[in-house]
Amino acid sequence: MFLSVNLKRIFLKKVFKQGAIYAILSTGAVLTLIPVVWMISRSFMRLEDTSTDMWIPNPFTLMAYIDVFTKQPFGLYLYNTVLVTTLGVLGTLLSCSLTAFGFAFLRFKGRELLFILVLSTMMLPGEVTMIPLYRIFYSLGWIDTFKPLIVPTFFGSAFFIFLLRQFFLTIPRDILEAARIDGASSLRIWWQIILPISRPALVTVAVFTFLGLWNDLMGPLIYISSPKKYTLSMALLSYKSLYFEYTNMMSAAALITLLPCVIIFFLAQRAFIEGIATTGIKR
Amino acid sequence: MFIFKKNLSSKKRRLLLENLEGYLFISPWLFGFIVFSLWAMFASLYYSFTKWNILSSPQLIGLENYKDMFKDPLFYKSLRNTFYFTLLAVPSQMVVALGLALLLNQKIRGQQIYRTVYYLPTVISGAAVALLWMIILNPVSGVINRMLGWFGIEGPAWMLDPKWVIPALVLMTLWGVGGPMVIFLAALQGVPRALYEAAEIDGAGLFKRFIHITLPMISPVLFFNFLMAVIGSLKVFSSAFFMFGTEGGPRNSALFSVLYLFANAFHYFKMGYASALAWGLFIIILAVTLLVFKSSPLWVYYEGELKK
Repeated sequence: MFLSVNLKRIFLKKVFKQGAIYAILSTGAVLTLIPVVWMISRSFMRLEDTSTDMWIPNPFTLMAYIDVFTKQPFGLYLYNTVLVTTLGVLGTLLSCSLTAFGFAFLRFKGRELLFILVLSTMMLPGEVTMIPLYRIFYSLGWIDTFKPLIVPTFFGSAFFIFLLRQFFLTIPRDILEAARIDGASSLRIWWQIILPISRPALVTVAVFTFLGLWNDLMGPLIYISSPKKYTLSMALLSYKSLYFEYTNMMSAAALITLLPCVIIFFLAQRAFIEGIATTGIKR
Repeated sequence: MFIFKKNLSSKKRRLLLENLEGYLFISPWLFGFIVFSLWAMFASLYYSFTKWNILSSPQLIGLENYKDMFKDPLFYKSLRNTFYFTLLAVPSQMVVALGLALLLNQKIRGQQIYRTVYYLPTVISGAAVALLWMIILNPVSGVINRMLGWFGIEGPAWMLDPKWVIPALVLMTLWGVGGPMVIFLAALQGVPRALYEAAEIDGAGLFKRFIHITLPMISPVLFFNFLMAVIGSLKVFSSAFFMFGTEGGPRNSALFSVLYLFANAFHYFKMGYASALAWGLFIIILAVTLLVFKSSPLWVYYEGELKK
């Protein structure tokens, strides 16, 4: 009798604890999602409905989306952003994987010292080098072109070189030795053996580069001035100053801009969460 | 003898080729490093001693820019804002991220779903997020003040009120707390169960277990997240620029260091002065990083340390 009362108490305590955990987590999740749900609902409304308490658009209209694409060439901005981002991802993957391959598998003088330099550049904030870079691109006549946004990606990025090198080091050396004995060149080993094995790491790098470039505001702000070369970030800035009162249109524009990031996230979710978690833990 | 010599030279040649190949592979980074990092760093330092507006060539003026900086009330304002933002944002980020990770680490259903939901906002940043928050923080029509209204609370004017601008930006960064949370969660999952079981047998409660087991075991990750959050906060820019432009909001309440640097460089084209500001920021970031690193032996516990 006594025992069962005690068990009941322990059981109740456990249920209560579990309930509290679920309550907190669910409240947090709802609060996290509300901003996005609110935006989605506004984007399908008429302007006069956006300032009401309504959550489900009634009447449902695509007017805001049509406005986004017709008031200004939003399609062109989308194209510009896709162009810059795609070439930037390509450049990053190419330059970082080549460099990481060199650091992981090839022997040359000063390798360790140079690798320390790779790590130390992670400490150098972009704000310090911003003005000299502007000067370089200015004297090359690259202002108001996409080149200052794309070309630097072909020269590697310290963090991704580090990440890829760490991954490459986990690949068994025997495979490489075997390929070498068969007469494969380093370039061929890089392309035909290392890159295919390293898909998860390359996906992580690609996804993070994509997000960084897609969402970049400062780069286009510095280098792009003519409206027909705007990326989405710049387009949103210009929409904000011109049509801010049109809440439905603003919501639609923001949603179209962030949708590709969300899609990428769901496609590469595993690479994502595991990738970021391990970079934080491995020292 | 002759054969030996030939061998030597062929060995030398192979070594040379090997070196050449190595340098060829790292050449993308090496070129980028020399031009975009090394040269750019020294150039920026040089420009900080000059008066220069991009069109003319830089003119050496000695320490003038640095002297101006220490007399510039907007420089102090930007520094104060940046520190205030960091002081609010970093601790709240750490507490919320760790709190959520601790809850997620319990035996619960739907862990993956919660994790996904919390992580989702971190994939978007920059202009779209700033625009989104401008809409939901609208004092009248925004969802936040509407929801506060349900509980009879009259929400502040957020981005229109100088006192509330920085807390609003902190709220925005908390939305992206999924990044550090995921890293904390991975660390928590790596803490050996046996440690908790042993402590439970010794009669240690929930709180004691957290202080004496969890916290020390995840302190390296706490260190990492903390440092990343501090550096990120000191460099806050996009959202403030998107919302307020180069003036930095009502009564300069969102004038942050990088924002002020950007305004000087690309708005007023005072490249020399902006370079000096950049170095000021760089030195502050370096000093804070060093401070965090130096203090780490006091609060970061590395498991392998005793074995060394």
